[in-house]
Amino acid sequence: MLTFILKRLGLALLVALTVSFISFSLLFLSGDPAAALAGETASGEDVEALRRLYGFDRPMLVQYAEWLFSALRGDFGESYYFKLPVASLIAERLQVTMTLGLCGILFALVTAVPLGVIAAIRPNSIIDRVALFLSVAGQAMPSFWFGLILIVVFAIQLGWLPPSGAATWRHFIMPTIVLGYYAMPAIMRLTRAGMLDVLNSDFIRTARAKGAGETRVLFKHALRNAIIPVVSLAAVQMGFMLGGSIVVESVFALHGAGYLAWESIARNDLPTVQALILVFSMFYIVFTFLADVLNAWLDPRMRSA
Amino acid sequence: MTDVTDPLAAEIHGPSPRQLLKARALSHKGLIFGMMVVLLLVLVAILAPVLAPHDPYAQSLMNRMVPPVFMGGTWEHPLGTDHLGRDYLSRLIYGARVSLMIGAIAALISGVIGTAMGVAAGYFGGKVDAVVTFLINVRLAMPVVLVALAVVAILGGSLTVVICVLGLLLWDRFAVVMRASTLQISRRDYVAAAQVIGASTPRILLTEIMPNVFNNLIVIVTLEMAHAILLEAALSFLGLGVQPPTPSWGLMVSEGKNMMLFEPWLVLIPGAVLFVLVLAINLMGDGLRDVTAPEGRS
Amino acid sequence: MTKSLLSVKNLTLDIPTGSGTLHAVRGIDFDLKRGETLSIVGESGSGKSLTSLAVMALLGKSIKRSADEIRFDDVDLLSANKRVMRDLRGNRMAMIFQEPMTSLNPAYTIGDQLMEALLLHRKVSRSEARARAVELLEKVGITAAESRLSQYPHQLSGGLRQRVMIAMSLMCEPDLLIADEPTTALDVTIQAQILRLLVDLTREMNMAMILITHDLGVVARVADKVAVMYAGELVETGPATEVFAAPSHPYTRGLLRCIPQPGKTARGAPLGTIAGIVPSLVGEVTGCAFRTRCPHAKAACREQIPMRGDPSHEFRCVFADGALSEEGEVA
Repeated sequence: MLTFILKRLGLALLVALTVSFISFSLLFLSGDPAAALAGETASGEDVEALRRLYGFDRPMLVQYAEWLFSALRGDFGESYYFKLPVASLIAERLQVTMTLGLCGILFALVTAVPLGVIAAIRPNSIIDRVALFLSVAGQAMPSFWFGLILIVVFAIQLGWLPPSGAATWRHFIMPTIVLGYYAMPAIMRLTRAGMLDVLNSDFIRTARAKGAGETRVLFKHALRNAIIPVVSLAAVQMGFMLGGSIVVESVFALHGAGYLAWESIARNDLPTVQALILVFSMFYIVFTFLADVLNAWLDPRMRSA
Repeated sequence: MTDVTDPLAAEIHGPSPRQLLKARALSHKGLIFGMMVVLLLVLVAILAPVLAPHDPYAQSLMNRMVPPVFMGGTWEHPLGTDHLGRDYLSRLIYGARVSLMIGAIAALISGVIGTAMGVAAGYFGGKVDAVVTFLINVRLAMPVVLVALAVVAILGGSLTVVICVLGLLLWDRFAVVMRASTLQISRRDYVAAAQVIGASTPRILLTEIMPNVFNNLIVIVTLEMAHAILLEAALSFLGLGVQPPTPSWGLMVSEGKNMMLFEPWLVLIPGAVLFVLVLAINLMGDGLRDVTAPEGRS
Repeated sequence: MTKSLLSVKNLTLDIPTGSGTLHAVRGIDFDLKRGETLSIVGESGSGKSLTSLAVMALLGKSIKRSADEIRFDDVDLLSANKRVMRDLRGNRMAMIFQEPMTSLNPAYTIGDQLMEALLLHRKVSRSEARARAVELLEKVGITAAESRLSQYPHQLSGGLRQRVMIAMSLMCEPDLLIADEPTTALDVTIQAQILRLLVDLTREMNMAMILITHDLGVVARVADKVAVMYAGELVETGPATEVFAAPSHPYTRGLLRCIPQPGKTARGAPLGTIAGIVPSLVGEVTGCAFRTRCPHAKAACREQIPMRGDPSHEFRCVFADGALSEEGEVA
C-alpha cells in the first residue's frame, strides 16, 4: 500500500511539473508576450520597456524556473489588470468555486447513485428508463443553455430563485443543478453497470445461499463492491467540474475562480490565466491522487498489495 | 445410425454474424433515431445554400427581432430574425455546417493522434506505454475549457484555430480506449501467430490489430465528435470561440442571451438544435457500441 | 423404511429464450434420506446445477420452476414463501459452489463472512460466532484458523477458499449439503483432499449430501445413490454400486467407458468417447434425447419412454436391461 502511494505520488508530482511547464509556455504561444501585453497601439519603445519590466528578454527556461519557484512559495506574480497579487485574487475567488464544485458533486451523487442502483435491480423498469433518459439527455445538454433555461423558468417566469450572483445559498441552487447534472450521467452509468455486474457474481449467489435477505444482499454485499469505482470516478469528476465551472459561473455571474478565468482571458491577463490553469490542474491532480488512494484503501485486494 | 429426418438430429443453421449485426442494428431504436437525425442534419449542412431562405449574413435593421411563425411572425422569416435583422432559420442552417465541420475535423485530428498513441502503447508496452500513459495523465490534468479558451484568445478566434485547438486537446479518450483494446487484442493467439510467421510490425498493426479495434474506434469517434461540438458551442458562447458574424449555434445563444427576457426563442431555438444534434450523435455512438459489443448493456 | 429428508417429484424447469422455450430440466424425481449421499452425474448443460439451484430456490427470475412436489423434511418448498426459504438456506440446507475463486465476497474478511452465516440464523453473540468460525475452520483442516479470520479471500489459494466455503456452509449444522462440482476448479491433489473432507464431514454430522459432478471417479468413491442426467432428463438412477456394476442405459455405459477402470481397461487401449453433441432443448422435446448419439437408436426411440427396471434401479430406455449386446457398443 505504501509503495503504491509513493509511486502514485511520484507520478502526480511529475504530471504537476509538466502541467506547470505547459501552462507557463502558453505565455509564449502568441510569439511576443510583451507586444501582446502592450496592445496594438503601443509604440516600439513601450513594448521594449514592458519587455524589460517583466523580464521577457531573458531565456524562456530561466523565466520558467523563476516563475515556478515563486509559484511554489505561493507567489504567482501580479495581475496585469487588477494590479493585485494573483495568489490572493485566486484565493479569494476559489471559495465560491469550491462551494459550487462540492454542491455539484453531492447533487450528482445523491441523484445518480440511487437511480443507478434501482436501475440495476430492476432492468428495463420505468425507473431504469427514466434513469437512462436522464443520463442520455445530460450528456447532450449544453450546460450554458441548460443554465439559461433554468434562469428563464425559475428566475424570470416563476420568480422562485435569484437569476445570478452568489449572495445566499439560494443563489447556488441553479448553478449546483447545472454543474451536478454535467457529472451525473457518468456516475449513474457506472453505478448501474457496476451493480449489474456485481449482482451477477458468484459471491452474491453465495450470500443468498447463506440465507441473507434481499436488502442485505443488495446493500451489504453488492453495493459495497459496486461503489468502489464510483467513489474514484466522483473524485475525478470533481476535478473536471472545477475546471468546467467556468461556463456555469459565467452563466450565473458567480464571481468564482472560473469567472475570474473568463475575465482574465478576455483581458489578456496572462499571469492570472497561467496561475488559474495551474491551480485547476493541481486540483485535478490532487483529487485523482486521493481517488486512487481511497480506491486502494476501499478495495482489500489493493490495500494489502 | 440416426436418420436425417429426426428433428433432434437436425443441424442448427443460425444466422451469420453479419446478419445478426444487421438485425441488432435495425432493432436498436436509439441507433436508428440517432443515425436518421445525424443524416438529416448532414444533408441540411451540405445543402445549406439551397435550403436557406436568406443570406445568413444579410442584416436588415428594419426587420430586427421578428418573432417566429408560431409566435405571430410571418413565413418570410419562419424562425424570425435576430437583433441585427438576420434570418434566424438561415443562420441556424449555416450553423449546422460550422458545428458538424468542427466536430468532424476535430474528432479526426484527435482520433489520429490518440489512436497512434494508444495503439503504440498497447502494442509495444514497456517504455512506450509508460510515456503514453504519462502524456494521457498530463492531458487529463489540463482543464480543457480553460486551456482552449486561453489558446484561442491568444491566437485569435477563427474556425481553423478552434478546430486545431479542440483536435489537439481531445485525443485522451482515443488514447485510453485504443490502448486498452490493443492490449487485449495483442495478447490473442492470432497476433502471436502472425509474429511467429515473421510478419512485420506495421503489417501486424494494420492487418491484425486495427481491424479488431475498429469497432471501438468508431464509437469513440462519434462520442468525441459530440464532445467537440459541445465544446465549440461553449467556447463560442463565452465569446472566445468562433467569432461573429459566423453563424455558430453557441454564438447565437450568446447573442440571444441579452434579449432572453423578452425573446426567449432567440436562446431556445439554437440551444435545442444543438442539444438534438449532440443527442443524436451520442445515441448513434451508444447504439454502435451496443450493436457491436452486445454484452455491453444488458 | 425411514422417511426421506428431501423429496423431488416431476421437477421441470423452462427458460424462455428469444427463439422459443428452452426445456432445461424435464420431469426429474429423486429423494434422499438423512445421512445419504446422492450424486447427480451428467455432462455440462445436462441441467444438474439448475436442479440443485431449483431446490434452493436460487434460480434466476427468468427460469420457470414447476413440480408435483419439492419437500424438505416437513416443509413444502414448492409453496414456501421467500421468508421460509431464507430461514432454511444456509441454516438447514447449505450449498457450496464450483468457483471458490469468485464465490467469496472480495470486500469482507473470511471471518465476517463465516460469522454472517451463523448470525443470520442464530441468536448468538459475535464472540460466540467467532469461536464457531474458528472451530469450523479447524475442522475443515485450515491451520492457524484464528489468524485466517482477518484475511481477505484474495489472500487465500483456491483450495483454501473452498475449505472456507465448506466451513461457511456448515456453520449452522445443516441437514442437507448441496455441493455443486466442489472440486472441478481445483488442482487434482487438492480435489481428493476436499472430497475426502466432504465425505468425512457428512458421516460425522449425519448430513445428507447432493454431490453434483461430471466426474464418475468421484461418484464411485463417495455416493450411496447415483442419478445420471442427460439433456435435462434422468436416464438412470440407482444405488451407486449397482449402477456401476450393471449400467443399464447406453449413456451411462458410454460414460463409464470414458474412464479407465483398473483391471478392466486394457493397457494402451483407447478410452471410450461418446460421439456427437447434446441436442438443442429449445422447443418441443420428445422421446429419448440421447437417440442422436446412441449406437442402438431405432424408430421407437422417438416415442415417450417411461422409466423401467425395479424401483431401486430405474433407467429410461426402450431396450430392456441386458438386451444390448456388448459388441454392438464397440463403436
